[in-house]
Amino acid sequence: MTAGIPVTGEMKRRDFFGLAGAGLFVFFQAERAEAQEPARLPGRQAGPTDLNAYLKIGADGRVTCLAGKVELGQGAMTELAMALAEELDIAIDTVDVVLGDTDLCPYDMGTFGSMTTPLLWPAVRRAGAEAKAVLLQMASERLKAPAGQLRVHAGTISQADKPSNAVTYGQLVEGKRIERHLANVPVKTADFQVVGTSPRRKDGRDKVTGQAAYAGDIILPGLLHAALLRPPAHGAKLKTADTSAAEKLPGVRVVKDGDMIAVLHERLDVAVEALGKIRAEFEKPPAGPDDKTIFDHIQKTAPELRVVGESGSLAEGERLAASVVEQTYLNSYVAHAPIETHTATAQIDDNGKVTVWASTQAPFQVKNAVASALGIPAEKVRTISRYVGGGFGGKTEADQAVEAARLAKIAGKPVQVVYSRREEFFYDRFRPAAVMKIRAGVAGGKIVLWDGQVFGAGEREANPFYDVAHKRVASAGGWQGGNPPGMHPFRVGAWRAPSVNSNTFARESHMDMLAAKAGMDPLEFRLNNLTNARMRRVLETAAKQFGWKAGRAPTGRGVGMACGIYSNVYNATMAEVAVDRGTGGVQVRRVAMALDAGLVVNPDGLRQQAEGSVTMGMGYSLTEEVRFRDGQVLDTNFDSYRIPRFSWLPKIEIVLVENSETPALGGGEPPIIAMGGALANAIFDAVGARVPQLPMTPERVKAALAKA
Amino acid sequence: MERTISFTLNGKTATVKTDDERMLLWVLRSDLGLTGTKFGCGEGLCGACTVMLENEAVRSCATPLKAVAGKRVLTIEGIGSHGLHAIQQAFLDHQAYQCGYCTPGMIMNAYALLAKSPHPTRAEIARHMEDNLCRCGSHVRILDAIEEAAGAAKVGA
Repeated sequence: MTAGIPVTGEMKRRDFFGLAGAGLFVFFQAERAEAQEPARLPGRQAGPTDLNAYLKIGADGRVTCLAGKVELGQGAMTELAMALAEELDIAIDTVDVVLGDTDLCPYDMGTFGSMTTPLLWPAVRRAGAEAKAVLLQMASERLKAPAGQLRVHAGTISQADKPSNAVTYGQLVEGKRIERHLANVPVKTADFQVVGTSPRRKDGRDKVTGQAAYAGDIILPGLLHAALLRPPAHGAKLKTADTSAAEKLPGVRVVKDGDMIAVLHERLDVAVEALGKIRAEFEKPPAGPDDKTIFDHIQKTAPELRVVGESGSLAEGERLAASVVEQTYLNSYVAHAPIETHTATAQIDDNGKVTVWASTQAPFQVKNAVASALGIPAEKVRTISRYVGGGFGGKTEADQAVEAARLAKIAGKPVQVVYSRREEFFYDRFRPAAVMKIRAGVAGGKIVLWDGQVFGAGEREANPFYDVAHKRVASAGGWQGGNPPGMHPFRVGAWRAPSVNSNTFARESHMDMLAAKAGMDPLEFRLNNLTNARMRRVLETAAKQFGWKAGRAPTGRGVGMACGIYSNVYNATMAEVAVDRGTGGVQVRRVAMALDAGLVVNPDGLRQQAEGSVTMGMGYSLTEEVRFRDGQVLDTNFDSYRIPRFSWLPKIEIVLVENSETPALGGGEPPIIAMGGALANAIFDAVGARVPQLPMTPERVKAALAKA
Repeated sequence: MERTISFTLNGKTATVKTDDERMLLWVLRSDLGLTGTKFGCGEGLCGACTVMLENEAVRSCATPLKAVAGKRVLTIEGIGSHGLHAIQQAFLDHQAYQCGYCTPGMIMNAYALLAKSPHPTRAEIARHMEDNLCRCGSHVRILDAIEEAAGAAKVGA
């Protein structure tokens, strides 16, 4: 037995998370986690530095992986199981993956930024390899055979020339307790049995049968549902609230606690009805920007521009340029709009231990936020996020969990908070509205000048990867927070591939404008200004799949392309659209995308993310924008906020570029980044009208047609 | 109006004493503990709460209990009583879900289609599914799954 596992205070208190029982345990941590951390995440606190996941092999032969990541639909559960199945030579069905439970799983800062695959997944493989090495050594002693003569198949170790001399993993660990940290046992480098296959997802059966329990599906004895009084607009302060009529309803309890007024009832619909009987008066919020004036407002209120990429001299670029193109690009606020709204169920037991089931991408941040709100130590709070109904960056914070916990404490009963769709739109941390200004010049088919300024979007991928001798790119403000007060009329945050959708749209739109100036085909122009081998390869691959035919836009065919990078994943997307000149409506006919995501762990899983990105990407490109005025969010449901539907579907073709020399990379976000640019360029190619603003609504397409 | 209402839920009689103006979704989830049917928008706009009422798919968040009295209601928990229903199996085979939250509503709406029209074209499937929203973008696979289920088995049973 290994004594003295180096643990942090958190782990000691938990007594190894109650790891009673026999088995082989391997503790490990994700790679480079701190280095990859998105800046300035609120509520984060330093976690254990020596582990954030572990695996257990039990006497029943089952292998359990416990990690603080969350299954949001992206397939984390399946991918982590694949890592262990591969390294331990077992069937994926014998692996259980426990995610998002802060009492069972070690600290993890959250599931965002496409980090599970590049950071945690390799560590899980190494843990599996470590476990297998330990088991082989034990088997060698037990079977009295040299390790080199042993064979492993489906969790059974046997002597190669005497197969009856065999022992299972379960038998080896029975009655023992073995604990290991990662040593440097090498992982497999070839002859993969599981990596590169597309097994059935582990969450499938729960999901197709309706048995998957999301935060709102936790029904506890005595559970009360809460409906909370909300302001009509951001910045509107409550003046008075007459709750007497609501209180008269049978079974209703009205809670007032600080700034919170809530109605509790054992049925949510009755609580909502009672909330409607509260007569509340709010101060009129101060006048603020609306969805049309916001772009001027952002430029006026943004912090100072900061140079994020520079080479050569702009003056020299200007001198060399045969022609210059200048354009301002805009994108509106975009909502996450997961079908599951923010939800939490909170329960406090007799010992004061708080358990919160929360739809969140960051259960450990929620745990800390709840502890802080209730004024109790963090170890008195457990957050469970087993299944989450979509996140897309919008569920990294969880105010509803704090509300549910506060109310549970006051009520002395478990309380559930389910945001209405109106609350979901109101409290969403939108993708920020942004202004991207680019002035660029070409000479002889080469880009000689690039002067870019980004306001609001954030700096990621603002600096073009094309070969540009003379460039300067500056950025002000972003999605991460830290913007000056009043720059945005509500909170903003990470939205699937934050800042990169905006910057890719602007850059790639501009590339096509430059190509037109240079009199070149858009593909030829890009390749003529590009030495990056991986980008050239995805462009050429996408072109082949799409059947790209060279031409000078606008050709009338309605084809366009865009490419980009997110978290070291390369994406080239080509699209064909039909534009109705009368209505300005755009129908996407076909999308072909080539992705280089390094070693592909689960091809079908990556395809799912890419198909989903094409579909979701049509939304931010064509219809999705949050309308607002004076702090009031005017979109309150899916009738006015239009997300993609079945009738929008193009033919989708995804090509995964073979690149096993590059380690596996995350696929949740990169496939969505080029949709805006590809569709903008395809619209231009169809009708010769440049739409420089996302979303490219029928009105904006018509306005661009009128100018063209 | 508070009254006692009975209806057939997944083949068995269910009886609740409650306000008959309440929406079926909340009665299913809060009163009867069947949480497979999801809340998504509360206004019949997203389809996450879709169930079968007699032979039609309805939005349970916009279907008052009084409209259900004496009738047959089928939810995701009530199909495929012996193993998975053909539509569920096809969703599983095509991995036609990601977060899974819209999935029960998708499956129930598909169930209604195939009950009426066992061999729809892909375009008919897409038209029928139009108002069921999925944010993860599993649409292509959902169409694939329903197409396969339509080809594979007789719906009902």
